Parts: sequence; structure tokens; C-alpha cells
Amino acid sequence: MTLFFEQLLNGLQLGVFLFLVSAGLTLIFGIMGVINLAHGSLFMVGAFLAATVTEATGSFFIGLAGGIVAAGLVGMLMEYLVIQHLYHRDHLDQVLATFGIILFANELVAMIWGRTPLFYSAPDYLNGSIEIIPGIIYPVYRLFIIAVGAAVAVGLYLIIARTRAGMLIRAGSTNRDMVGVLGVNISQLFLLLFGFGAVLAGLAGAMAGPLISVEVGMGEQQLILAFVVVVIGGIGSVRGALVGAILVGVVDTLGRAFIPDILKTFMDPASADGIGAGLSSMSIYILMAIILVLKPNGLFPVVTARH
Amino acid sequence: MKSSARYLISLAAASVLGGTGLASAEPVKIGMITTLSTGAGYLGQDVRDGFLLAVKEEGGKLGGVDVEVMVEDDGRKPGNGKQIADKFLDKEGAEIITGVIFSNISPVVAPLALKAGAFYVSPNSAPSTFAGSQCHENYFAVAWQNDSLHESAGIYATKLGYKNAYILAPNYQAGKDSLAGFKRYFKGEIVGETYTKLGQTDYAAEIAKVRDAKPEMVFHFLPGGMGINFLKQYAQAGLKDEIPIVVSSASMDAGIVKAVGEIALGVKSSSHWNHDLDNEANKAFLKGFRETYDRNPTVYAGQGYDTAKLIASALKATGGKVKDDADSFRAALKAANFDSVRGNFKFNTNNHPINDWVGRVVEKADDGTYYNKTIEVVAEGLADAYASDCSLK
Repeated sequence: MTLFFEQLLNGLQLGVFLFLVSAGLTLIFGIMGVINLAHGSLFMVGAFLAATVTEATGSFFIGLAGGIVAAGLVGMLMEYLVIQHLYHRDHLDQVLATFGIILFANELVAMIWGRTPLFYSAPDYLNGSIEIIPGIIYPVYRLFIIAVGAAVAVGLYLIIARTRAGMLIRAGSTNRDMVGVLGVNISQLFLLLFGFGAVLAGLAGAMAGPLISVEVGMGEQQLILAFVVVVIGGIGSVRGALVGAILVGVVDTLGRAFIPDILKTFMDPASADGIGAGLSSMSIYILMAIILVLKPNGLFPVVTARH
Repeated sequence: MKSSARYLISLAAASVLGGTGLASAEPVKIGMITTLSTGAGYLGQDVRDGFLLAVKEEGGKLGGVDVEVMVEDDGRKPGNGKQIADKFLDKEGAEIITGVIFSNISPVVAPLALKAGAFYVSPNSAPSTFAGSQCHENYFAVAWQNDSLHESAGIYATKLGYKNAYILAPNYQAGKDSLAGFKRYFKGEIVGETYTKLGQTDYAAEIAKVRDAKPEMVFHFLPGGMGINFLKQYAQAGLKDEIPIVVSSASMDAGIVKAVGEIALGVKSSSHWNHDLDNEANKAFLKGFRETYDRNPTVYAGQGYDTAKLIASALKATGGKVKDDADSFRAALKAANFDSVRGNFKFNTNNHPINDWVGRVVEKADDGTYYNKTIEVVAEGLADAYASDCSLK
């Protein structure tokens, strides 16, 4: 029972992490209508800069800030140079252009930092494990991610629901042209919004560094899951991204944890391990298929005037 | 003007030397198909750099023969590997193909090379297919047979006295081979066996299962980034000091040690090479590699270097003839008449190596960095398990 609870917590933690990765993606995808495959590159920039700044200053939190700021700046530069020319093009052009950015970013990062993964570690007080309830020892850093994810979720809710910028974002997602007609500088709004999405990607990358390998191409592994989350949650919906991410995290974790064991009750262990591993890596896509059958626009569809 | 004059001079020089039949020959073309991008890019990079170091030592020659090494990145995709192989073999006229890192690419590239009558000399990937019934006289594996890597870890773990183990590997052919290899020589009990996704980043679920199973040790085959992800998370879960890890060198190479730092401390691994092996070839290799590239070589660099040295020994024996005198070149390769950086080295009947395996542990150096330290030889002259199925003599 404690193992089940621990795995549930692992799922929740993975979900919160996926939320950090996909929140920016869904904002950009839903509100600006841009499929940004290079979101993973911003994730990578966040992690590499965080590792470098942490190494230079010796402070994890300065490193974290460095990663976030760098990703935001790179994101805005990306918007200014490439993305803004794509708003009125179709999705295929966007996919091609942002895929090009991935290749470019990967090579550039390899030229600057090399191909050997970087060293990056959280401070000691975040590195240990604590017994959260008797029998369950849990890594402090994963709890830290859950806390940061929760803070980002609340922060995003407050920004979108309570501020003028949030109002413009909501209005822009519903009817972009009307917002422009009403005298809002749309190109500036989009530049800032893209930068904000990049900041979220950078935060996710910088937070991921102590858990995963800081290496060239690290963002692409996250990107596919992030798109699954965005599609399940409803494109453009931050609330959808949160619910979708937690669903994906829990289903993926519980699948990996228990499907092989369940199969073993009626199969021989060798094939149960093989089939179980295959089934558990399919589980989130099966989840996505089921949700899309029931709710074709995702769990929390955003109503727009563009369709 | 200047360049045409130089062309004339070299033409004259060539015609003078033409009689020897050596210097006038076109350089021997070697096609290197390797993985330079993706998270595993540093593997291919080190194979390439190790190989090119040997070429550089001789000023563009191997065994006194001019060579042209063409290098391309396969991006860990079999389709790319096939395209590059076709180009190297048909268009460029490569006589030797080398460089392949991953065992999803070698089954595509090797048959193409062999069909074209070229020699296939692998610096890394060596799946069981080509070691057993489908072995080929022109196919040589310099690094190992894939299973040996993990068999040696099984031998080491047994030698360390562990009574049971939890084992993990990614769910693909090389992953399955790795667990089979470990189990072949590990005499303890397997308390848990888990297949993960290839390229997985989050291991929380697997680590929770390890903790629950309470094994004496953990063996995993998670090379490159996957191993880094696992180790970081394993340490954060507080398991590193409770349940020790014994792996093979692919899961604890110098790149991984550098990326995880203190976390690697105390992790044990088996390897066919380490920087502190005491032999002349290894010392020269280390010195040259550090001077040329300003970094420490991984085990893959040693494999690339050995591959080049092996080819050099064969080219020297045949005076630069490869396909033109395939029998002699083949015999010269099989003789393995070169000084390997790993010490003892010879080929088994199936053209796969027989060499010693050492046990290593990660320690802290005086300058605060971490490194693999060789402790003892754990398997002498280990041969692979498939040679008896191969019809070669």
C-alpha cells in the first residue's frame, strides 16, 4: 500500500514537472496559434545556462535565475527573428521553421559547451530524502518541484484571471484581430507572451537539471510528452495543461510501476516484462486516444473566434 | 600559377615513385559512420577522435599508407546509416567501413559493406547476430561482443560476493542482451528485472520498486544520458549508500562520471580499458589524446584508437592493398599484430576479441575531480558465448 502511495506521489511529481514544461507551450500554441517545436530548445537553454551560472557563482538559485532569464531573452530573440514572420503562415511552415531552430540550437549548444553532459547539482539541503509519512522516504528535490509547480499554477491563474495583461491574453486567444482593432499593440503583446512562454520553458529546464542529464537535445525528449499534455488538456488552456499533465504523469508512472506485475499474475515473467514495458510506454497515448474520442478538443477546450 | 606548379611537381614525383607501386596509389578510403548528434553524440565523437589521433600520429597515414577518413553522423537512425553507407561504398569507393556505435545501425550497415566486398571493422557495436551463425570473414569487432560487457559485470558482481541483484535495462535488443549477459555469469539470485523506455528521463517509479525489493545490489545498462538521469535520481532517493551499483563500463564511462560528480563515488564497474592500465601503448595514447584534444578520453576513444591501430597493422602488412588482396588483408587483421591500449588482445575464431576485463571503482582525485580507478583483473581472456556457433576457423 505504501508502495502504491509512493508511486502515486511519483506520478503527481512527474505531472507537475510536465506542467512546467507544457504551460508555456500551450500558451504559445493556443493564444498565438504557433506550433513551436523549439520549445524544447528553450528548455535546453534554461538547463545549460543554469548549470553554467551555478558552476560560476556556486549558488543554485542564482543559476536558476540565470537559466530563466537567458531562456526568456533567447525566446524573445527567437520571436523577433523568426516566429513573428510565421503568424500568418500555415502550421506546416511553422513546424519547418521551428524544427530548423531545433537543429540550429542543438549545434550551437554543442559548439559552445561540447557534447559531454554538464555537471549540475542542487544544494545539499535539497539533495537528500525525508520520511514524509512513516514508511515513505521521498527525495526533497522532488517535493521542491511539486512546490514550485504549484506556485507557478497559482501564479499563472492570478496573472491570467486578475491582471490587465491576463485579460489581453484571454481576449487575444478568443479574437486576436478584435484586440488589435481595439488599439492594443498586438506584436508587442505577442513578443512578451512568447518571452513569457520561454521563461516557463527555461524554468522547467533549469529545475530539471539536477534530476536529468544536461545534454544536447535534452529538450526534444520532453517535447513529445508536452504536446500530449497540451492536446489532452485542450490547446491554449493553462488549466487543461495542469490537469492533463497530472493525468499523464500519474498514468505513465503507475503504468511503468504496475503493468508488468499485473501481467505476471497470468503470464510467464519474461514475456510479462517485455509486453509490460511495451504496454506501459503506450499507456499515455492510449489515454490521449480515449480522451480525444470523448472530448475531441481536449478536456478544457478554449473557445476561439478563429475557427 | 603556384598551384599548377605544385601539381606538376607532385605529378613528377608520383611518376618517379610509381615503380614501387606504393606511393603512387590512391589513399585507402575509410568510411566512418558514427553517432555524433543526439545525447549519445559524445560516444561517436570519442571514437572518431581516437581514430583520427592514430592517423595524425603518422601524419595522415596508417601503417605507412596514405588514408582518407570520411566521417558522417548517423544521428542514431538506421535509415541515415544506410544512406551514408551507400554513398561511401558506391560513390566514394570506401574499402573499409567503421565507426558504428549503436546496435540498431550495425545490422543495416554491416551487410551493405560486406556485400560490397569491403571490410567492416567495428569500434563499438557488436550484436550477437554477427558473432554466431551469421559471422563473416570480413567482419571484425574490435571493442567486444556486446554481451561480454555485461558478462564481465556479472563476473565482477559475483566476485564481490553479492547474493542477489535487481537489474534494469531499456526495452530494446541491446538492453535485453545486456540482462542476459549479466545473468550468464552472475551466480546470485535476480530479485527483480525491469525494462525501461529507451531514452527515458524519469526513473522515480523504477527506483521506488528497487527500494521495495531490497536487493543487495543493482545492475543496470543505461549508457549515456539515461545513466546520468538514473544515477542523479537514485542518489536523491537516498539509495546510493544503501544499495550499491555494479555496472559495465558503458554505464559508468568518464563522461558520466564527470556529469554526476560526487554521486558516482564508489560505483563499481567492469571494463576492458581504463586510463590507468599500465602498458606503453596506453601511456602514449593518453598523452597524445590529452595533448591533441585537451580532455580526458573515454573508453570509446580507446576503442577508436585501437581500431585505427589494427587497420594500420594490416595495411602495413599488405603494403596498402585492401580489396585488391583481400585474403592477405583479412589474415593480417585477424593476426591482430598491434599493441592494444587495453593490453592483451587477440581475435577469437569469430573475429571478436579475447581480452582481459578489470574491475574499477570511482574515487576522488586530489584535485577534487572523480575518476574510475582500476582495482583488479576480474576476468582473464574472456571469450564471447557465440563463437562456437560461427563456422569461421
